[in-house]
Formats: sequence, C-alpha cells, structure tokens
Amino acid sequence: MELSGAEIVIQSLKDEGVEFLFGYPGGAVLHLYDAIFQQDDIKHILVRHEQGATHAADAYARATGKPGVVLVTSGPGATNAVTGIATAYMDSIPLVVISGQVSMPVIGSDAFQEVDMIGITRPCVKHNFLVRDVTQLAETIKKAFYIATTGRPGPVVVDIPKDITSPLIKIPYVYPKSVSMRSYNPVVEDQPEQIQIALDLLLNAKRPVIYSGGGVILGNASAELNEFAHLLGFPITNTLMGLGGFPATDRQFIGMLGMHGTYEANMAMHEADVIINIGARFDDRVTGKLTEFCPYARFIHIDIDPASISKTVKVHVPIVGEVKQVLQQMIALLKANKARTNTQSLETWWSQVNEWRALNCLEYDRDSLLIKPQYVIEQLYAVTKGDAYVTSDVGQHQMWAAQYYHFDKPRRWINSGGLGTMGFGLPAAIGVKLAFPDADVACVTGEASIQMCIQELSTALQYKTPIKIVNLNNRYMGMVRQWQEFSYESRYSHSYMDTIPDFVKLAEAYGHVGIRIDKPEEVRPALEKAFALKDRTVFLDIMTDRTENVFPMIEAGKAHHDMKLRIAPGTPIDRELA
Amino acid sequence: MRHIISILIENESGALSRVAGLFSARGYNIQSLTVAPTEDPSLSRMTLVTWGSDEVVDQITKQLNKLIDVVKLIDLADAPHIERELMLVKVTATAPTREEIKRLVDIFRGKIIDVTPLTYVIEMTGSTAKLDAFVLALDNTHIIEVVRSGSIGISRGEKGLHL
Repeated sequence: MELSGAEIVIQSLKDEGVEFLFGYPGGAVLHLYDAIFQQDDIKHILVRHEQGATHAADAYARATGKPGVVLVTSGPGATNAVTGIATAYMDSIPLVVISGQVSMPVIGSDAFQEVDMIGITRPCVKHNFLVRDVTQLAETIKKAFYIATTGRPGPVVVDIPKDITSPLIKIPYVYPKSVSMRSYNPVVEDQPEQIQIALDLLLNAKRPVIYSGGGVILGNASAELNEFAHLLGFPITNTLMGLGGFPATDRQFIGMLGMHGTYEANMAMHEADVIINIGARFDDRVTGKLTEFCPYARFIHIDIDPASISKTVKVHVPIVGEVKQVLQQMIALLKANKARTNTQSLETWWSQVNEWRALNCLEYDRDSLLIKPQYVIEQLYAVTKGDAYVTSDVGQHQMWAAQYYHFDKPRRWINSGGLGTMGFGLPAAIGVKLAFPDADVACVTGEASIQMCIQELSTALQYKTPIKIVNLNNRYMGMVRQWQEFSYESRYSHSYMDTIPDFVKLAEAYGHVGIRIDKPEEVRPALEKAFALKDRTVFLDIMTDRTENVFPMIEAGKAHHDMKLRIAPGTPIDRELA
Repeated sequence: MRHIISILIENESGALSRVAGLFSARGYNIQSLTVAPTEDPSLSRMTLVTWGSDEVVDQITKQLNKLIDVVKLIDLADAPHIERELMLVKVTATAPTREEIKRLVDIFRGKIIDVTPLTYVIEMTGSTAKLDAFVLALDNTHIIEVVRSGSIGISRGEKGLHL
C-alpha cells in the first residue's frame, strides 16, 4: 500500500485504534485534514480553541484509559495547545498531540505561523519528535503511542512539517506491530525483598495509614487496592487525583487528605507510625510544611517512576513498580500468611480515627437561606445516584466536588490536579460524554473558570454531547477570594468581575438550555430537570453564598495537624452553627 | 559535593537541550558540560559536572534517566576514575617574561602551540584543579584569553559505560 505522509498519519491512527481526533485545522495541517475528509473511521471533533481539544482528549483518556489524540496546526494552533499539554503532563495522562509545522526548507526562517514547538513543549511533555522524513512517520507515531501509554504515562508531541505530509510523495506503508527503543524500557523488575520488608512494616504498625493517589487509577489497580485495604483493615485516604480509586462510601475511607482534606485524614497522617503511599507523589498540596509532615511515620512508597521516590519526602521502603503488580504480590503474601500482629493496636487506632471523624469536619450550615455550594454537590450526588462522571474546573467548586461527591469508582472524577487549569471542565465533559454517550456527565464549575473555555459550548452542540454544567456562581474567583480573606485582610484584589454574562442567555445563544437558580429549594428540582433532559446540554447557573469558604484548610506553610476548621475541635457536633 | 556524570545519549538534534533544559527547569547546578559523538555515531557521550547534596544528585540522575533520549549514565564520582580537561591560554609573552612563561609551561607539562613576537598560545590538559593552578601561577596581567573544554572522565579498570 503506497500512501502519502498525510494518509500515513491517519492510517497509523486507525491502526492504533483511535476513535476520536480532537482538533482544529490550519495551513500547516491542510494535507492532513484532506486525508481526514476522505475517511470515516476516525471521528474528528472540531473544537473552538485548541486548548479545548487538548482538555477534551485528556479527559477522554482519563475516563477511558485509552490515549487521547489531538491535531493542531503550527504556530498559534500549537501554542494554544500548550496549556492542555502541560495539564496532561502534570497529571501523567497519555496524550498524543500531532502539531503541524512549517515546511522543512523554511524551518528556522521565522516563516508564517512558525514556532519552535519542540522547544516550547520540551519541559511539559514526556517526549517529543520532529519528523524530518516521511519514511519515519509511521514508526514515530508508533513510538509516540508507546511512550505516552507505558511506564508513567504522559503527553507526547509529534511535530510534522507540512511538506512531510505532501500528497505528491507516496511511499509504501507498514505500521510497525511493536517498537523497541534502546533508550526507553518501561518494564521494571519485581522487588520481592522490598515487598517483604514493606509487609513486615505494615503488619507491625500500630497506627498505619494507606495513602493512595492517581497512580492507582492510571494503573487500573482499583480492585487490587480494595482487596489490599480490606485485607489489612487500615484507614485509607485518597489524594485529589486518587478519588474513586477506593470507594468513598466504604467505612475504611477517611476522605481526601491535604490542603482541603478531612480532619480525620490529615490527623491520621500526622499521627501515623507507618504510611504506605500507593501511586501518589507527596505533592506539596498534600504534604503542607515538609519539615513537619508526618513526624512519626516510616514511609513505604510504591511508584512506577523512580524519580517520584524520595523527591521531597525521604522514603524508608521504596518499591519501584506498577501499582497493580506490586499490590497483587502483596495480596498473595497477605493471603498466604494470615497472622496479623497488630489487631489490638489497630482497634485502638480506629477508635482514635473515629473520634476525629466524629468531628464531622465537612458539616456546614444546612439552614441557610442562601444556596450553599456544598448542598448543590450533595444534591448532584443524590440526583445522579453517585454514578455520574464529574469533571471540574479549578478553585473552590473543585474542592467541594471532591469533598461532597463521594466517588465510588475510578475514572469518574476528572479534574486538573497538578497544573490546576481553569477552563478544563467544559471541554473535559465533552471528551467524557463522547466516550460514554449513555452516562451522566456533569461539569462542576464556577463563573470565572467556565469563561476560560466557554466557546466549547458550541462544540457540545455540534457533536450532541448533552452534558450538565453546574455553575456554582458566587460572583468571585472563590479560591482567590478565600486566600485574600485569610492572608490579605480581605483585600479582594481583582478576585471579582464587575461584569458577568447572563449565562442563561449565553447557553441559549449557543443552542442549549439555561436555568438560573436563586433559592435552595430550587436546586433539587432543577438538577432533576436537567438530567431528565437526556438529549440537551443544560447550563445550571446557581447563585451560591458569595462568602462560603472551603474547609478544612491547611494554610500555606502549615502542617497537617494545623488545620483551619469551620468547627473548632472539641465543639459538640450538634451545636448551632454560626 | 562535586559529581561528574557521564551520559550516553542518542545523537539526535535536541538531545543536548533536553539535558540543559532539565537542569535549568529544576534549578540544578552545572559547572561544565561537554558533548561529542562516540565511536558509534548514533550515540553521543556527555560529561556533566555538577554539585549538590546526595539527595539532589540522586534526583539529578533519576531525572536524567527519565529523559527518553538518555540510554545510560553513571556517576563517575562513585568509583575511581580519571578526569581530564583541555585548556588553551593566550598570553602576552614579550622579552622580559618569555623565558619565565616557557619554564612554567614545562613545569606543568603543557605545550606552546602558537608563537608570535608578542604572544604564546599554551595547550594544557589535566584535572580541573591542575588547570586552575596553572592559571593562578600565570601572572594575571599576561592572560589575554582562556578557553576551557570542561571536564571529561572515564572510570578506571575494566568497567565501562557502553551499550
């Protein structure tokens, strides 16, 4: 089969089993778009801005576990994609981004729409390639998928000059079945000795905590984590990225940890004597002040990436490997050896943890006449029976979604954790809905975040992806305002907008349904109505309490036990809320 | 502590900037960095001199290993090794000091490789410390320019960094 460069790209994607290509055309990719026009196998999703393409593809990858694929043109098309690439990089999401480039002979001449995409993306990709020869195309694309999806996943950019895709040059096409690279080998050896040391430590622990992260979800190790946690009976906390890796409704789950983690999770971390980190990376939003982080703990850390181990927190028992395999080996050993040395102390530990839990740190004013954002998320949870895919933007609404939507399954909670990218939620919801057309998909957002990629409402109409946008509208950049309240004596510098669009009209202008909600009693019926409208995208503009804050909060530079709470420790739970 | 990291890296355009970019992005120190193809033209050998605590150097080697183009690396400072650096120095060499400079070059076992009525160019190889000592020994006022290659290194004995 003789194909042009453009045809080779498209055929390679087909051979990779790509369903959707999120993209936006332009001069440097015209040959590619012509090849797309002449086939029906890969569905191209035309976004309204390249950032939207990368977020949609990224969320598709997060929800399905398959790599997301993006096609953008050179220059501004490529630079617009960078935020989305960096977002995927920080959360280790497999993404293959194909960018057009100016033709080989004019590279370096400041040609029209030329930008050094390889240089610009170098610090925020797992790897990138500039294809200099059409004969290298198929193999390069194969390598891109191989690198993006193996080991610690991440985005890979393939920059293709326009002349490489020319329809005038046709060459024989063979898509490599496999690829091996002498400089890249993601397979890691078993570490039975480390695993045994870890188990001994765990079985002798008096105050153990399981702390698991996004690696469990990326590594499809949720079932193993469940079994492991249940065999040990330890308290388990998840990072923001790890939510859903262990069921939030399980009795052993003590909530999210970190800056806006629960009182019980953070206190348990602080007092723990042994902590097993499973696929998390001791992110600064988790650890708080490093010198006071878990002062009594010995750490076991399972991670596919050796560079994640002992990067910020010194680990006593490192285990480099895929979470799934390591947990399987640990489970087998635990089952073979039924002896549990620490039953008594574990009971004592649980009664302490339950005491912290009884503080009910996520309680809020349920009698308020204003709409409490927490209430909205609880109602969203109830209406969707806890089974929706929830995407979010970044800020207070993101934290409330993480705290109050109890994710029981992996890959249901889709958010930008590492980079914290506002504008992620809406295109992400589109990407998820394309992958799961029959599932409920909600985008929890705020009036500031949603405006960063609002143009994708148009994409949602074109591709009939009926998503439900839950806009927690507090007329503030809530998280910025919260920090300004706590740390800048309430000097609300530019954390509000003097003009906010009428989102109902805006939704209608884009061809969707808009509903404005002003009173608490309207929330539930509006959510029910929105999800009943199966074939429509619905924008719920919900006027929430302007000054509500996210609690608990570990302020910057503070330790885990030093939390700002809505309720002071020691206060009876049923006391009247201020 | 000072470390000398030897890297085998794919000889591809951009490979050098991946390494250099890693150091600047993560705030690691580079004292010197040299790179050239090996006997296998598809591979380059890079020698990087850095310093930092054990934890930092551990992270540096891990992060370097993560780069897809990096095939292999070792920290030469972990074992007995030999280091050499090449230096070219242009000095003013006029009647009163010409003999003196010649003697100094001989003591340091360097070579004078270019001679004009007013100048010498001196070639010197050795450890970084030796080259530092030579520069110090030269009267500062004589130096017109100094060019140094940065260190390269190789381990002693049978062990080697190869595929």
